[in-house]
Amino acid sequence: MNTRTISVLVENHSGTLSRISGLFASRGYNISSLTVGETEDPSISRMTIVVEGDEAIIEQVVKQLNKLIDVIKVIDFEGLPVIEREFILVRVDSGKSSRHEIVELADLFGAKVAYVGATSITFELSAPYDIINNFIDLIKPYGVKELIRTGKVAMAQTRK
Amino acid sequence: MKKKGAEILVDALVREGVDILFGFPGGQAIPIFDALYDEKRINVVLVRHEQAAAHAADGYARATGKVGVCLATSGPGATNLVTGIANAHLDSIPMVAITGQVATPYLGTDAFQEADMVGISRPITKHNFLVKDVRELPAILKQAFYIARTGRPGPVLVDLPSDVSRAVLDDYEYPAEITMRSYRPTVVGHARQIEKAAELIKTAHKPLVYAGGGVITSGAHAELFEFVTKLNAPVTLTLMGLGAFPGEHPLFVGMPGMHGSKAANLAFQEADLIISVGARFDDRVTGHVGSFAPKAKIIHLDIDPTTISKIVRVDIPVVGDAKNILTALNKAVSPRGASEWNEQIEKMKNGALFTYKNSEKVIKPQYVIERLYQLTKEKDVLIATEVGQHQMWTAQYYRFARPRTFLTSGGLGTMGFGLPAAMGASLGAAKKDVVNVAGDGSIQMNIQELATIAINRIPVKIVILNNEYLGMVRQWQEMFWNKRYSSTCLRGGMLCGECTGPGHCKMTYVPDFVKLAESYGIPGFRAVKPAEVDATLAKGLETDGPALMEFAVAPEENVFPMVPAGKPLDQVMEEL
Repeated sequence: MNTRTISVLVENHSGTLSRISGLFASRGYNISSLTVGETEDPSISRMTIVVEGDEAIIEQVVKQLNKLIDVIKVIDFEGLPVIEREFILVRVDSGKSSRHEIVELADLFGAKVAYVGATSITFELSAPYDIINNFIDLIKPYGVKELIRTGKVAMAQTRK
Repeated sequence: MKKKGAEILVDALVREGVDILFGFPGGQAIPIFDALYDEKRINVVLVRHEQAAAHAADGYARATGKVGVCLATSGPGATNLVTGIANAHLDSIPMVAITGQVATPYLGTDAFQEADMVGISRPITKHNFLVKDVRELPAILKQAFYIARTGRPGPVLVDLPSDVSRAVLDDYEYPAEITMRSYRPTVVGHARQIEKAAELIKTAHKPLVYAGGGVITSGAHAELFEFVTKLNAPVTLTLMGLGAFPGEHPLFVGMPGMHGSKAANLAFQEADLIISVGARFDDRVTGHVGSFAPKAKIIHLDIDPTTISKIVRVDIPVVGDAKNILTALNKAVSPRGASEWNEQIEKMKNGALFTYKNSEKVIKPQYVIERLYQLTKEKDVLIATEVGQHQMWTAQYYRFARPRTFLTSGGLGTMGFGLPAAMGASLGAAKKDVVNVAGDGSIQMNIQELATIAINRIPVKIVILNNEYLGMVRQWQEMFWNKRYSSTCLRGGMLCGECTGPGHCKMTYVPDFVKLAESYGIPGFRAVKPAEVDATLAKGLETDGPALMEFAVAPEENVFPMVPAGKPLDQVMEEL
């Protein structure tokens, strides 16, 4: 399934998130991830939404989002140079024999050790989406006990 | 100026030009009704059910072009508005719905008569507001009316907790202007897109104009007339568009779609260019989308960008107001002479757009509509309908000549719409006569409004085509469900065991509509034979004030032509 990353600037009101999520639910669009937070202007929140769908669906999603009264601007990142990151916390089994190996692997990705327990290690990693996926795939065989992904955030490299 | 929340609301209504409000009180709305008590500039019409308040506000808006306003209390009062709000939403009708709400400290506590109206109404409104502080109220009301009436119009709900209604604002001032960074509808069509559209129109040999409710909303009927006659092109009008172009004009090919004319449907399939103006390619129009208009390029003019390429791929979209774009297009296109295409269209029309077999023994419902048309076409009357077979027959046989004369529930298909909508329309249009064409099923869904009509002496002329069935569903059961008339017979329902048809039924039909009308002091007339139709219509139409006319029509008459759901438009059934 194709995915597309879009950024939505919205009025920072109560209820705006439910308007966005309700739109996706009632029109049957799929969200891979959604993050939201305040911007440099506290009256505006910014959402980064990763949407699944073909070209026609994405076109409708962008238009339908624009139609919502609380939406100020929708930015479709397709074809634009962007900085994108996702942050994860992952707790991995660490028997004595594998601890060294795991730390070495994490080190290759620039993941930091967030906590060391008796039988597990928790890493934190902030990286582009594909690298996060790559890291998770490689660490999985060691036994992932718990994984938290924040979802992607994205920003154009320069402001238009 | 010092004012309470409820007084601010009333002041805002007056400033927004509201002269009539349809409502029903209740605990959390008492402060608002109290503030309305002394306001002589607003006629508060007390309905008998909140659903009717929403439909009446809707009918008012359709007839006048102004924002309709309805008011209900919290909880059940507010949820009763929901059908009416959804109806206005799907037909893009400007409406402001005001609901009382429990006081802010009680919000979210499952308090008595609490319902989350902002949550419930979110997908069926253009926008909604919960007012948590009286200081926000003036700007919210200004925005509510602005959003409701601009762009693609729609309903806006304002949920007003009772403590906000009672709270005092010391420095009240109603905003004179409003700008919203997050809401700026496009009105002016893009010049380059209009140019491209004009170029494509020049090269077309078989153009078809397909116009909808957007033309009426925009007030673009004169521009549409100029466009169509200049291009000498056939024009089809959606259910919502009827009246936007004269129904008796030779270029009119009838309504398209499921119960549209054969000519309109075949024109879609043969055209090489479709110019859509304020219409949205609804599934009831397109039939099977994959086979729709296979030879045509499509120009789509619409104020709402989301309608463009939502159902069918569009070659040239132009976003903006229909009147604005058509004015520009009329300057850009040159007149087109009659061509082979016009001859081809005449052949498709084959005389009359719609035909039926009349009878001397039993009243055919189509005949009643034809006679109603002949008896009222010279008069200044509006026509409303409920939803079902009678609605389709009205759309087919009443040849609407002017915009805002046909009030019907298009998108949502709401039975029970017509009676309250007719009363709202009549009051909005200075007590003009409004004929509500109804089926015996639909009329019973908001029949309590006979009281509102009688008390306010609203000249609503009710025409009931009584076939003793929920006729449209029965027609589908006859055609696609092996005549298993499950729950569609209104004489016996499911209680009579072996059904041998309405002619042999031992059950007594209830209610007696004539007696029912009379119990409200409304004159009632009944026709059971074709020869009585004209006299019965005349009696009802000539009555001063409201009247009810009941016609015992052929019980199993079907609406034709019919393109079954999901079939291509050229698979038209003309009889069983």
